[in-house]
Amino acid sequence: MDALIAPLLNGSAQGALLLLAALGLSLTFGQMGVINMAHGEFLMIGAFTAYLVQQVIASSDLSIPVALPVALVVAGLFGLLLEVTVIQWMYRRPLDTLLVTVGVSLILRQAALQIFPSQGVPVEKPGWLDGQLNILGYEWPLRQLFSILLAAVCVAALAAWLKYTSFGRRIRATVHNRDLAETSGISTRTVDRLTFFAGSGLAGVAGVAASLIGGTNSQMGVQYIIAAFLVVAAGGIGQLKGTIIAAWAVGVTLSYFAYWTTGSLAQVLAFILVIVFLQLRPQGLVTVRTRSLV
Amino acid sequence: MTKSKPWISLSGIGLFAVLLLAVAPLVLTDHWLNNLGKYCCWAIAAVGIGLAWGRGGMLVMGQGVFFALGAYSMAMHLTLETAGDRIPGFMVLYDPLAPLPVFWEPFRSTGFTLLAIVLLPVLLASSLGYALFKRRVKGAYFAILTQALAVALATLISSTIRETGGDTGLSDFKYFFGFVLNDPANKRMVYLIAAALLIVCLFAVWQLYRSRFGELLVATRDAEERVRFLGYDPANVKLVAFVVSALMASIGGAMFVPIVGIITPAEIGAAASILMIAGVAFGGRASLFGPALGAIAVGWGQSSLGSTWPDGWTYILGLLFIVVILFLPNGLSSLPARFTAARRSPDRQPAPAIVAAELEEARP
Repeated sequence: MDALIAPLLNGSAQGALLLLAALGLSLTFGQMGVINMAHGEFLMIGAFTAYLVQQVIASSDLSIPVALPVALVVAGLFGLLLEVTVIQWMYRRPLDTLLVTVGVSLILRQAALQIFPSQGVPVEKPGWLDGQLNILGYEWPLRQLFSILLAAVCVAALAAWLKYTSFGRRIRATVHNRDLAETSGISTRTVDRLTFFAGSGLAGVAGVAASLIGGTNSQMGVQYIIAAFLVVAAGGIGQLKGTIIAAWAVGVTLSYFAYWTTGSLAQVLAFILVIVFLQLRPQGLVTVRTRSLV
Repeated sequence: MTKSKPWISLSGIGLFAVLLLAVAPLVLTDHWLNNLGKYCCWAIAAVGIGLAWGRGGMLVMGQGVFFALGAYSMAMHLTLETAGDRIPGFMVLYDPLAPLPVFWEPFRSTGFTLLAIVLLPVLLASSLGYALFKRRVKGAYFAILTQALAVALATLISSTIRETGGDTGLSDFKYFFGFVLNDPANKRMVYLIAAALLIVCLFAVWQLYRSRFGELLVATRDAEERVRFLGYDPANVKLVAFVVSALMASIGGAMFVPIVGIITPAEIGAAASILMIAGVAFGGRASLFGPALGAIAVGWGQSSLGSTWPDGWTYILGLLFIVVILFLPNGLSSLPARFTAARRSPDRQPAPAIVAAELEEARP
């Protein structure tokens, strides 16, 4: 029983982190066609923010809840800066933004390596996350449950924001038809910036959760970016529902494969699965039917 | 795109050949000649990237995979040649009685190794390319999938210490098809082979660019739907370019091993694949000489600055990506054309061909 339930629970937690990382990616890719390869580094910025907040607020019980909104804003501002300085000049060449942001990610990673100790920094878990939850005989660490709850809250907040606020309506309008949205008087430039802020901010929140589960160091973003993109590809671009299902599926699949084989073989197998899946559904799990030629 | 006269490109390749094959061995010390050989290996891979990305619009971010196929095929053969009848040293390290892994056995044969260097990348690239292009997976999807493959392969090699040497890689090769590698004369010969292969690859893509296939490839990059409506299958066109570029990466990898003397997962992973792209972007992705020259320049930066000032080199590399892609999408090779165009008509900028190409893909 343990062998069956443990990968499921661990994988769900991993999927929740992937979901947090993929949400922002899916938002910016769906709306602007921009692939932000520095997204993983924004996640890293969120994790380092959690560490810095802990230097100011000594009590780890309090510092993590404070770090969540702070990381959202800090990573969001980095995203906004990136959009204003570089990406806004490149909307006509979306594939090239991928390479520009590769350059940005190299610089951010190197800066983190030089600012912080190279072996990484410790982020202390709050006391209320120390325990385990006994599920069918498996002692499930509470911090994994925390990342699932955090992901659920973020998804609900994002969905509500997209659905009920006027900003959300503008974002959805721009995703569906940029030209028509612009003709209707929506400033797509403002919408783009806001989306980039929100997407990068979500990566920052993911970083706080990641800092509680794995190490916080300059290389942590690298391991998330590829997996997060595979989630976006499998889920369908700009689709919340698809992204959620795909993130959970990728997380659990990786976890089971890693349990049965080795972590590295699991990556190869997951890669093959995504290729096979794209054979069946090249546009991802959830698609919007259009008449455009893609 | 204006067509340059064939003799300009041909004399360019000729000049390149004279510089690499005649001038460099006379002028450079053995150490630098060996370094130049290493850059040539990257340049061979870069010429392939130029074909797939610059002309075909397929951003191949995982050429390290094909580089690895060639490099590890060659390294396995050289390791077995060095070990002779015994089991390679690193395998015995963990288990003195370890048998030779099954997939190592055929690499004893010279013929099989050479065949593997050519066939393995062709097989992998054609099956992967067929699966992806036929389902019209393109743009960023394609780029990230190839990058994911490079990450997966590097992790796989890192974790199989007993079979592939893991992170320490394969090294200490004594012989290269019977020639003693320590001998400077033989090192020179290996360099000359690599340089000659680079010239051959340049000549091959020059022929491809001139052919009907080259026109079709550029047409597919610029307006894939239009090519489809004209009755061609863009998937086949892209497939051929992808397979040729994979083959070139594999050849570069195979020559990398005797020149550098070691192959590790770090040389083929995501970072290495991105480094290969950097050279191509820097030199000019769609031009004939840009990718090779850019790769040599970036390779030189990597091995000189990268070892003396590694922190600064990473910043320079990052800035290189940002500045070149932002301001010079066609790389340094587009500078002369820009300059002359600006002089002829100061108020008109030359329209960069690549911008038009990607407008097509603007909607995901």
